[in-house]
Amino acid sequence: MQVNLKIKRFDPTDSGGKTWWQEYEVDVHTDSTVLDALIEVREQEDGTLAMRCACRASICGSCGMRVNGNAKLVCKTRVESLSPNGEQLTIEPMGNQHVVRDLVVSLDTFFDQINRVEPYLQPSFVPEQGEYTASNESMENLVTSMNCIMCGICVSDCTVLEVDSNFIGPAALAKAWRFTEDPRDGKRDERLKALNDEDGGIWDCTRCLKCVEVCPKGVAPMDRIMELREAAIEAGNTNTHGYHHSESFYNSVKKNGRLDETRLAIDSAGMFNIPRMLDLVPIGLAAMRKGKLPSPMPHKSEDHKKVRELYDSVEGESK
Amino acid sequence: MYEHDVLIIGGGLAGLRAAVEVTRAGVDVAVISKVHPVRSHSNAAQGGINAPLTDRGDDWQGHAYDTIKGSDFLADQDAVEIMSQEAGEAVLELERMGVIFSRGEDGKLGTRAFGGQKVARTFFVGAITGSAILHVLFEQSLKLGLNVYEEWFVTKLIMEDGVCRGVVALDIKTGEMHTIKAKAVIMAAGGAGRVFEPSTNALICTGDGLALAYRVGVPMMDMEMIQYHPTTLARTGILMSEAARGEGAHLLNAEGERFMQKYAPDYMELASRDVVSRAEQTEINEGRGFDGNVLLDLTHLGREFIEHRLGYLQEVSVEFLGIDMAEKPVPVQPGMHYIMGGIKTTVDGATNVPGLYAAGECANVSVHGANRLGANSLLDTVVFGRRSAVHALDYIKGVGPASRAEEDLAPEKARLQALLDRPPGERIATVRDDMARGITKGIGVNRDQASMEGALENLVNIKSRLPGVSVENKGKVFNTDLMFALELEFMVDCADTIVAGALARKESRGAHYRTDMTERDDENWLKHTLVYKDDAQEHGTRVETSPVTITQWEPVKRVY
Repeated sequence: MQVNLKIKRFDPTDSGGKTWWQEYEVDVHTDSTVLDALIEVREQEDGTLAMRCACRASICGSCGMRVNGNAKLVCKTRVESLSPNGEQLTIEPMGNQHVVRDLVVSLDTFFDQINRVEPYLQPSFVPEQGEYTASNESMENLVTSMNCIMCGICVSDCTVLEVDSNFIGPAALAKAWRFTEDPRDGKRDERLKALNDEDGGIWDCTRCLKCVEVCPKGVAPMDRIMELREAAIEAGNTNTHGYHHSESFYNSVKKNGRLDETRLAIDSAGMFNIPRMLDLVPIGLAAMRKGKLPSPMPHKSEDHKKVRELYDSVEGESK
Repeated sequence: MYEHDVLIIGGGLAGLRAAVEVTRAGVDVAVISKVHPVRSHSNAAQGGINAPLTDRGDDWQGHAYDTIKGSDFLADQDAVEIMSQEAGEAVLELERMGVIFSRGEDGKLGTRAFGGQKVARTFFVGAITGSAILHVLFEQSLKLGLNVYEEWFVTKLIMEDGVCRGVVALDIKTGEMHTIKAKAVIMAAGGAGRVFEPSTNALICTGDGLALAYRVGVPMMDMEMIQYHPTTLARTGILMSEAARGEGAHLLNAEGERFMQKYAPDYMELASRDVVSRAEQTEINEGRGFDGNVLLDLTHLGREFIEHRLGYLQEVSVEFLGIDMAEKPVPVQPGMHYIMGGIKTTVDGATNVPGLYAAGECANVSVHGANRLGANSLLDTVVFGRRSAVHALDYIKGVGPASRAEEDLAPEKARLQALLDRPPGERIATVRDDMARGITKGIGVNRDQASMEGALENLVNIKSRLPGVSVENKGKVFNTDLMFALELEFMVDCADTIVAGALARKESRGAHYRTDMTERDDENWLKHTLVYKDDAQEHGTRVETSPVTITQWEPVKRVY
């Protein structure tokens, strides 16, 4: 079958960097992957096309790139699934990472993030002989994170990293989770405190779900980040905007049956956090101009008692 | 110009395990690899790693004998004894580093069954064992601050008075060439599966390490021993792990029969890989296949079990075939998977070139002989990766700085420039595919004199076309086209040694099954083939032989 590919090209050596789009038409087998099509281009049409690939079986993590706007492992993306009627496929390098050439991005950003979480087991003791004793369930739990092949796809499409390059990022946090959850690790509390306190840590995630959507290996980084938050709070880390934000959310809905947005902003920052309060002023003014400033006096929802019953019921169950 | 005490080529399991050992000794070491370490092909090992743990009633002699029997008595028994004796500690050490091996009820490591062994002694992480170990060794490399030349491609070993003194390499990201001097070089660059088509191997498995060593005079041992894995996907060659059969999957022919009962009544689907692949090929050749395939049936294992223990297999099946293994059997066929042959080394990883060591798939110690048991390759990498490092650490104590290393840089630059300057000619991929199809046809599951001579004839033709291959990309940054041209030359060298070894061995043994000489001939061929590069010979190769080391197990007829 015919595939039409529109590929974003980049040559860093051509007068300081030149970007252009190039179209190719290749003939591939009906059950071919997008990678097969790209290899066909590289081998039979244009040997100058640069990309990475190795295993062809979704285990090495080399071939992350954007197809029709979403980052994917092209070796496990079948052409037919995206182009059932011969629609053109748009191929670009991954986002949030520096492009080296064509579809090849630098791995430095990704591995710098990984390095920030001390990504190795730090046990409190080493058995003199034999192995650590641990339950099979505890090990199987970690498979979720060990399935990560470091392809960089979650980093590519992370909406926080687009605006906050200091964020540790979804992959590195999923890696951190692998150690906080590992019963053999002896630094759980220290790790959680660091991830909680650090600029760009667990509270910078906005829960947009994008990383869960694009991860080709079911690691679901955002779910891991939420578990890290819970674990950090349980370990007594309650000194963050993030914690105050969720606590205010909780209290506000419990009390009024709805969200008190003014209170939320103030609680999250902390009433006496003057610089942050001043930061909020222009936002408040802009909201006021557009008629979107929430009332400073919260009103209760009609069914707020029912909401309260829900709280009691859920909390009663979890006790 | 760069300099290290020890330079390791390859960042897979053998390379990283060696690097950990050298770093722990406080000696200056670097890894150089054409891909980032976590992209290495060690990832693709799915089923597990063998180890006889004595505290659970197993013994090293049992594992050693199964390995030797699996090898059709071609393995050197002293090497196998070492591997079996060191296996337990090697696996336990990986666990202590952080590998999340599956456990039993008691919280200790649990096992699954694997081919060619009656004892379940394969330790595993689902169907991602290689990946799970590689990533943990990578974690250790980060902890130790290991220096890695990522995406650097070695083009030549530097020799000084017959001693290996470093490498010349191309930095793929910049296109610049550099010299890296070293007192010892450990070759851990993986296999040569892409010499075949199809193959389960990653596109990066182009035999670079074998060819680099071959070119400086190291013999390639038993290169005719090519493992065809019994369960691979047609066309793409993608692997379906032996773990499926280890966990109870059946192989069925078109009549719905578990045909292995005719070939290996005792071991059934878990006979050694060469035996199962040959059985499948016979079924297919005799008309009891499905369009060149047999069926791998897991349906009786149940969905929960499959997704739990073989999750990655289910992922591959669904993604690449659109088949839910819990509902339907998967069509599979024998496919090229592993080279038992390789750089001849001692049990300490040393080659005949001082300063050059080898470990992992590119090496041949030999522990796999004529057929490797499943889950022994991961074991090989960590045991002999470590041993190479230990021996290299000892060797470098008596070695001074290299003096002439820099002199190789200019000729290598000129050689690569000449490749770039060639006029437009044949495409790299066209010549590569013609080579690979010719080798696969001639050196298959079954082979005979005519098929092997056909492979040789094809290879002669390929070599005549090689100078006319052109590199389309003339740029510097990430010029993979140039790298593919160099890889093709490496693969042709490997093909030379495979064909020469195959034509030399006048018997059937393990994976080398000749339909025109179906019997094993211990009287004349209980020995290794050694292929040397020799430009004075017609095909550029010279074949010698060396005896097999027998310690306590006399060869007997192999029955499964």
